[in-house]
Amino acid sequence: MSTSRRKFLKWMAAAGAAATVPEKLSAHEHFTGYPDSYGVLHDTTLCIGCRSCEAACNEVNDLPEPDKPFDDLSVLKEKRRTDDKSYTIVNKYDVEEHLRSPVFRKFQCNHCLEPACASACFVGAFTKTPEGAVVYDASVCVGCRYCMIACPFDVPTYEYNKALEPRVMKCTMCHPRLKEGKLPGCVEACPMEALTFGKREDLISIAQERIRKYPDRYVDHIYGIEEMGGTSWIYITGAPYEEIGFRTDLGITPAPEFTSGALAMVPIVVGMWPVLLGGIYAISKRKEQIAKKEKEDEVTRAVNENQAKADENLKNTKEKAQKDQEFAVEKAVKKALEEAEKNKDSGKEES
Amino acid sequence: MAEEEKQVTRHDVEESRSLFTPFNMIAGIFLIVGVILAFKRFTGGLGAVTNLDHNNPWGFWIGFDLLTGVALAAGGYVTAACVEIFGMKKYHAALRPAILTGFLGYSLVVFALLFDVGRPWRLPYPFIVNQGVTSVMFEVGACVALYLTVLFLEFSPAALEWLGMKKVRKLAIRLTMVLTFLGVILSTLHQSSLGAMYLIAPSKLHPLWYSPYLPVFFFVSSIAAGLSMVVFESTLSYKNFRNKMDEEHKKSRNAITIGFGRAASLVLAGYFAIKIFGVALGNHWNLLFTNMGLWFQVEMLGFVLLPCFLYAIGVREKNVKLIRFTAFWTVLGIVLNRFNVSLVAFNWQLPMEARYFPSWMEIGITLFIVTVGLVVFRFIVTRMPIFYEHPEYSTEH
Amino acid sequence: MSETIHTLQEFMTQTKGVIYLLALGFLVSFTWFWTFLHKKDKD
Repeated sequence: MSTSRRKFLKWMAAAGAAATVPEKLSAHEHFTGYPDSYGVLHDTTLCIGCRSCEAACNEVNDLPEPDKPFDDLSVLKEKRRTDDKSYTIVNKYDVEEHLRSPVFRKFQCNHCLEPACASACFVGAFTKTPEGAVVYDASVCVGCRYCMIACPFDVPTYEYNKALEPRVMKCTMCHPRLKEGKLPGCVEACPMEALTFGKREDLISIAQERIRKYPDRYVDHIYGIEEMGGTSWIYITGAPYEEIGFRTDLGITPAPEFTSGALAMVPIVVGMWPVLLGGIYAISKRKEQIAKKEKEDEVTRAVNENQAKADENLKNTKEKAQKDQEFAVEKAVKKALEEAEKNKDSGKEES
Repeated sequence: MAEEEKQVTRHDVEESRSLFTPFNMIAGIFLIVGVILAFKRFTGGLGAVTNLDHNNPWGFWIGFDLLTGVALAAGGYVTAACVEIFGMKKYHAALRPAILTGFLGYSLVVFALLFDVGRPWRLPYPFIVNQGVTSVMFEVGACVALYLTVLFLEFSPAALEWLGMKKVRKLAIRLTMVLTFLGVILSTLHQSSLGAMYLIAPSKLHPLWYSPYLPVFFFVSSIAAGLSMVVFESTLSYKNFRNKMDEEHKKSRNAITIGFGRAASLVLAGYFAIKIFGVALGNHWNLLFTNMGLWFQVEMLGFVLLPCFLYAIGVREKNVKLIRFTAFWTVLGIVLNRFNVSLVAFNWQLPMEARYFPSWMEIGITLFIVTVGLVVFRFIVTRMPIFYEHPEYSTEH
Repeated sequence: MSETIHTLQEFMTQTKGVIYLLALGFLVSFTWFWTFLHKKDKD
């Protein structure tokens, strides 16, 4: 639980880091990995396929008993892969076109300088340690298995048959042993010195030296210097890499770079979508308002027109009424006058 | 289903009908089998029910329940954007069913993830214990969690009207615009990021499907999926819940079908174009006539270009039947695309015997989850104002 | 705090963490800003 609490502070650390930008950082920062970190050089030309490394790995990591004992070399005939009960395996490759003797190749986590698993893990369960090992923390793992999707070397495996606390299983480069000053189990057990432990820089020099000294014995390439941005485990061999189970089409791009572009779009969407959508919203709102106003204007116009017409009518009627009235009055006056005249006349006559 | 339809057309029989309708019987069987399989999953581990292995850590559940589920639940944000932001008020009747479908869709995605991840009780860990911010999946998880909350709030007015809680409903209605904006932003982010999750594995995904454009492909196709799903869902709903629809809903049905069909046709045309640009970007023309390439052509021609034209014809001729069929076809196309990315084209270089094929139990649990969704959908639409306006609030908007 | 960053992974952990916090902050403040911008239209 203490590790969890420590990790909980990462947010805060991130916020704090923004305030104190290391002066060394520039826009084109190139990361070269932890200085003086360790690695292992696997020289397949020295490997005899004795499976001592498998046995040692099983023992130092307290892994379950294998189906077939480690001195049974018949398993070398199959093309095996690591699983949740074994962190490392050795496969045998017959490459008669190139070499008379078969090639044995040890397979385990390559401990990338920029691990795909660490980049992919949404709970940060993987860490590239300054010592070189990529370690996994089961205490936070959710079990989404995205690390297995991401790993170009198909290294992480999963405890599919555990219901309660399934873990991702992979080689730790014996990180706990390194901390105690010991060698990784497999390296210590190798009787042929096919495995060399040391600082990665030194191992690269050793590998280069061997290739220079024995150009007929080796293919002129050190696998792991650049592959996927470089790995802590590096290899030299006498047969073409693609024929002894290596993928040579992985390229040299470190895994985090594959997703950094897409992740960089996140803040752009967050920043610009409100602006874009706000603009569209404003336009549609304005259209709505214009439509509403036009409708209102239409109504007012119609009303006004009606009003005007009504007024006109009223005026006409009024005028007519007045005229009628005037006419009536006139007529009445005229009549009255006439009558008065008549009366006057008749009165004259009467009197 | 046919029986159900008959029953529903006789309006008010629903309350009194027998529990043993074919729908209920089939749903019941799926649920019982599902519970047994779930028990097996949580007592025996993933290995007890799945065909997953160390080379193939993601299978049917990720391909269908997660990738397809999220894409098909896109109708919520697409319709909300149309109606609330673009101001297409005439499609208002489509909004509530779309929001409901989206909300249930996302709930089921999370429900399905509980089966798929090894330690489901730790799902909040990436947010509360340790933030793996470099992971695309962290972004997907954060957005899905937030968007599920947004959908819940967007859906809540219907439930609150049903419960008669006027004051709370008014509060929820006031949030509409903020929620719609948030919904579109979050959907843009996680729909695209589901595609971006595969960016980290260029060595495992076939070059015809792998592209730096993957996030854009996933986002654009989710719009087509959302539009098609609205039409598809309304077709099914009309068959089964016609008696729950008010006159306005029924009247705008065809206009919605035609409008959404036109939009989907347009989006598919653009989607086809950018997929071709993707092939050009990687210069993968030479792969088009390999086995995988032919399969890619089936997807592109049969499930993108064909529905694009079928939609267009349906819209031009006002043939709603054709549009409805095309909606179904497009939904199939989305399923195909997500399966292709996550299962068919993924690990394509492995020898046949090392490839993954789902076990019947994985499909059984997916059927169980889909059935749960259908049952809840039916429960809600037969009770809450989804296909009709609640008489007390019908004067608004 | 000003330790040298040796890996891209470590660099991205820091920068992405900061960006997520900023993005969240922006979303919240933008909501306020929107209402601030549209106050006049209200009535």
